[in-house]
Amino acid sequence: MSHPLAPPPPAAGDLSDRLVGTDVWTDGMLAEHGIPVVDVPFVTFGGGIGSFVTTDYLRICGVPTSAIRVLTPLDTPWQSYEYLTTVSQVPRGERLRSDSASCPDNIWGFPSYALREGLKGDLKQLWNVLVEPIWANYYTPRAGHAFVSMEAEMHRIRYPEMVVRGQVRMVRRRAGGGYFTVLTPPQGATSTRRIAYRSQWVHVAVGYPGLKFLDDLQDYRTLTNDYASVVNAYEPHEQVYEKLRAKPGVVLIRGGGIVASRVLQRLIDDRDRLRLDTQIVHLFRTYTDKPHGTGILKRRKGADGWAYQGFNYPKSVWGGQLKQQVRKSEGPERARLYKEMGGTNTPIRHNWQEQLSRGRAQGWYRVMVGQIDRMTKTGELVEVAVNSDQGPQLGSFDAVIDCTGLEADIREHRVLADLLDHSGAGRNPVGRLDVERSFEVRGTRSGNGRIYASGSATLGGYFPGVDTFLGLQIAAQEIADDLHAQGFGSKLGPGRSTSQWWKWARGKQI
Amino acid sequence: MLPTLNGRIQTRVVLLVVVGSLWTLLVTPVLPTGVGIGASYAATFSVLLVVTVLGVLWELVYHGIQQFRWEKDWPTLFGLVTMVPEGLLVWFLFAGGAIPWVGSLPGWAFVIHFVTTWMWVFLIANGPMRVPFVHWRFNGGRLV
Repeated sequence: MSHPLAPPPPAAGDLSDRLVGTDVWTDGMLAEHGIPVVDVPFVTFGGGIGSFVTTDYLRICGVPTSAIRVLTPLDTPWQSYEYLTTVSQVPRGERLRSDSASCPDNIWGFPSYALREGLKGDLKQLWNVLVEPIWANYYTPRAGHAFVSMEAEMHRIRYPEMVVRGQVRMVRRRAGGGYFTVLTPPQGATSTRRIAYRSQWVHVAVGYPGLKFLDDLQDYRTLTNDYASVVNAYEPHEQVYEKLRAKPGVVLIRGGGIVASRVLQRLIDDRDRLRLDTQIVHLFRTYTDKPHGTGILKRRKGADGWAYQGFNYPKSVWGGQLKQQVRKSEGPERARLYKEMGGTNTPIRHNWQEQLSRGRAQGWYRVMVGQIDRMTKTGELVEVAVNSDQGPQLGSFDAVIDCTGLEADIREHRVLADLLDHSGAGRNPVGRLDVERSFEVRGTRSGNGRIYASGSATLGGYFPGVDTFLGLQIAAQEIADDLHAQGFGSKLGPGRSTSQWWKWARGKQI
Repeated sequence: MLPTLNGRIQTRVVLLVVVGSLWTLLVTPVLPTGVGIGASYAATFSVLLVVTVLGVLWELVYHGIQQFRWEKDWPTLFGLVTMVPEGLLVWFLFAGGAIPWVGSLPGWAFVIHFVTTWMWVFLIANGPMRVPFVHWRFNGGRLV
């Protein structure tokens, strides 16, 4: 009889402690464990928009579907993204915060989203991109437009043929070169618990490592077990809007970014449409009342608490001066540049400006500056103690919506933690995954193999706008160029680029 | 657009030389120049040359102005309205006889040629350019 606390023997085709504890694996080790091995030159996992645009790029560079596998738990590349945009109040019909020429379905960004809308008769959008940002707010595409066009491209490049369902557990270097990417397929889908993909190249595109909830929010939930009244805006929180619809209430909004803007819009839209009497208190940690920056040449707009910027970085990080500047920077200098252009901000949009100025004038939108000290439950209400610039304040609210959207440390993601612990990956000057200019994960080379990463995990590298549509495409281009230099995929010179664009324009499957 | 100084100059020169020359070749015979075809081509290609050479200097000015923008971008409309000061300067040079090898250039011929050439370059720079040169927009407008 076995001891009840002894670990169960590894199931057929599963990992063991010995394997997990070994940095570099041999083919024999996997055979011993009965883990089936699948050979494919290029593996991308995560399976979100990062994997999608990278695969798109490689397919356009002539890489066959048989040479790529996308390991993912997602049904579609935009599934996670759409979940997050929907709960944070950007459903398909609303507009994203993204440039007209940032098209995940089209590596050329031509025709841009605005041009496509213009060609369908909406000439206002064409006018908008002509006169923005001086005489109009930046054009941004509707979320649904981005998803529908990605879906068409997904079928055009035969993406579904490359998808393997499952969750990636880890990537390990292989003795002799290349890597093993261990996949846990859905239960019952395969005869073994794990499958290993043996590849020369691996692309890590796992998205946000996780959402970090602020301590006060977590403390409140632990103490009260109330998950409905105090929410993070990236969680489903429709119940808050329903509660305010059922009876007049006071809501506390926290944060000065795009999500706060969008949540305020939803609250005020509901207020106007349903004639509600919702009172809004908006808590800023940092109140920006005027243009700010480090000098006359670096001055960002700001007013009424908000720092204003069209996109989540100054626009030239995606191709111009700032992209070039950061690309040349190292260490503390790079960290300084990130700090200089960072900080929470939101775009100026006329409808938001109108709503908030009306709220200020009519007294139902009020602003506070400070930080939450603690939150407690008193009956149906949440009592919030704030250390404000006017001294300690106490208020009762029907709901608190935290729009601060902090991201967790990369170590919170199991695969990224494994890369740090076992595969030689390190951190960049802002603490995320350290990548080269080519988006190769520094320190992880294995023989002739390379690991690449793109997306949020790589923020702080030689290219700043990583966690955006265009940023993912820029990373994809760097990766495709680097792969071409190693003999994988064709060069995307003017001839191939033009002929491939023409195929795109005709919707011809490749 | 998101140009760097080097990218601005490269884009300007290449587009004027390639697109500008092609268009000038096509449009010159129908311009109301009032002179023979040879003299017409001499005049229009001279305009193109002067726009290109002076353009490099203008790009230095635009780059300077761009430094005052937080985004370090160059809004699309700027690429269109800069046609006015540039066109006026070139016209004054031609009308004032500063280009000795061109005899005379009627105002309408100049306006049609200059504005249409500018529009072609502007339209191609704001979209179709990315089709053959897929790296161009991420490199600040540099081609090499």
